[in-house]
Amino acid sequence: MLTKRIIPCLDVKEGRVVKGVQFVSLRDAGDPVELAKFYDEHGADELVFLDISASHEGKETMVDVVRQSAAELAIPFTVGGGIRTLEDMKKMLRAGADKVSVNTSAIERPELITEGAAFFGSQCIVVAIDAKWSETDDTWMVYTHGGRRVTKWTAVKWAQEATRLGAGEILLTSMNQDGEKSGFDIALTKAVREAVSVPVIASGGAGNAQHFYDVFTQTDVDAALAASIFHYKETSVKEVKSVLREKGVSVR
Amino acid sequence: MKIGVIDYGMGNLYSVEQALLRLECEVFITADINTLDQMDGYLLPGVGAYPDAMNKLSEFGLDDYIKDLAKTNKPLLGICLGMQLLYEDSKENGLTKGLGIFKGNIQKFDALDSQQHQVRIPHMGWNPLSFAHQPEWLNGLEKEDSTHVYFVHSYLAQNTRQNEVVASSTYAGHFVPGLVQKDNFTGMQFHPEKSGPFGKYLLAKWVQQVQERRDRL
Repeated sequence: MLTKRIIPCLDVKEGRVVKGVQFVSLRDAGDPVELAKFYDEHGADELVFLDISASHEGKETMVDVVRQSAAELAIPFTVGGGIRTLEDMKKMLRAGADKVSVNTSAIERPELITEGAAFFGSQCIVVAIDAKWSETDDTWMVYTHGGRRVTKWTAVKWAQEATRLGAGEILLTSMNQDGEKSGFDIALTKAVREAVSVPVIASGGAGNAQHFYDVFTQTDVDAALAASIFHYKETSVKEVKSVLREKGVSVR
Repeated sequence: MKIGVIDYGMGNLYSVEQALLRLECEVFITADINTLDQMDGYLLPGVGAYPDAMNKLSEFGLDDYIKDLAKTNKPLLGICLGMQLLYEDSKENGLTKGLGIFKGNIQKFDALDSQQHQVRIPHMGWNPLSFAHQPEWLNGLEKEDSTHVYFVHSYLAQNTRQNEVVASSTYAGHFVPGLVQKDNFTGMQFHPEKSGPFGKYLLAKWVQQVQERRDRL
């Protein structure tokens, strides 16, 4: 039986790890390759690098980070952020990334998902969805541009469309919960999990080990992602896994 | 010791090259038969579609080369699609004949399980291996070792021979051959280079037998 995956996320800007709280106010948390190795050695099942560099140099530096990580890591990893074309995908996958994730660029040009899946296989293409509850729409709407712009898509419909186009996995971030440390968004995760047949990663809101237990038992989600609580050692992958294991959730 | 990573233009060879380098192998990424002749062992990687992979192999004359390794007895390890190519045929995008070293056929995971629930495809993530046999090169494997390995695949080997399947996993009610072995041919459906400490261990043991075989000659 497949185990539930625990995925630390490293936000990388100009070659350094940072973590935004609610997408604003960034703090520096170190060298991405060193941190990635640390997580690999401490039981992370997978890693996500999210490149938030603004400059061209920063984006080129990310290719080096990916290449070094591929040489050092013994677990799979995904690279996202600023991947806008098939060429960008090729660059990252050839540098050694196992998967690439697309967000804004996939909303703007959904064929990108299909092109990537046709070239590399669906298993390499992750569609990242930033979703926020809308009282007026009575559902979760998809946001792009780092959460600054609302789209016409509901989270459920876009997850289904992305999967139809060839996405092999959905990385689902709750903008309401992101940075709050009060737990994952169970209702959102459940809604998207039940709407698609590809693996779904829950993201946003993890504050302690119990929150991982909650999302894995209250939804059938495949993986859960967190950043700052791991980077600032508020908990560890090991602690999360030992809590899950004790309570009967299957982990590696 | 020289390991030839067979480069027929499919997939990313960087991670597997790095994993072999960490095990102090000399790594040659090549499709050149004269270079391959100098190798002590072979790694057949592969990401992508089955028909493309078989076409590329035959373009380079590598299909016959691999089959003929049964005569030289040099070890070959097929990973993921590289393992599937060692089977008789595959139903990926039509029926394609494979290398026919192992008995069995490659087919897609069923979309529905026995309870009519939708199956999540690809089979992606960490799944423990259960060992049915222990080939000689895997001696020392302890029962209590955590055997989780990382799988990413939508197609799997079916109608396999019991004596060729060393270890398997279970997914969506399917028996998933994970580690297969016949004479000098080994296949791993999972990615040992992405499978943490246990993946490193399996790859190290396989490399060790290549070394031992060379030293005996």
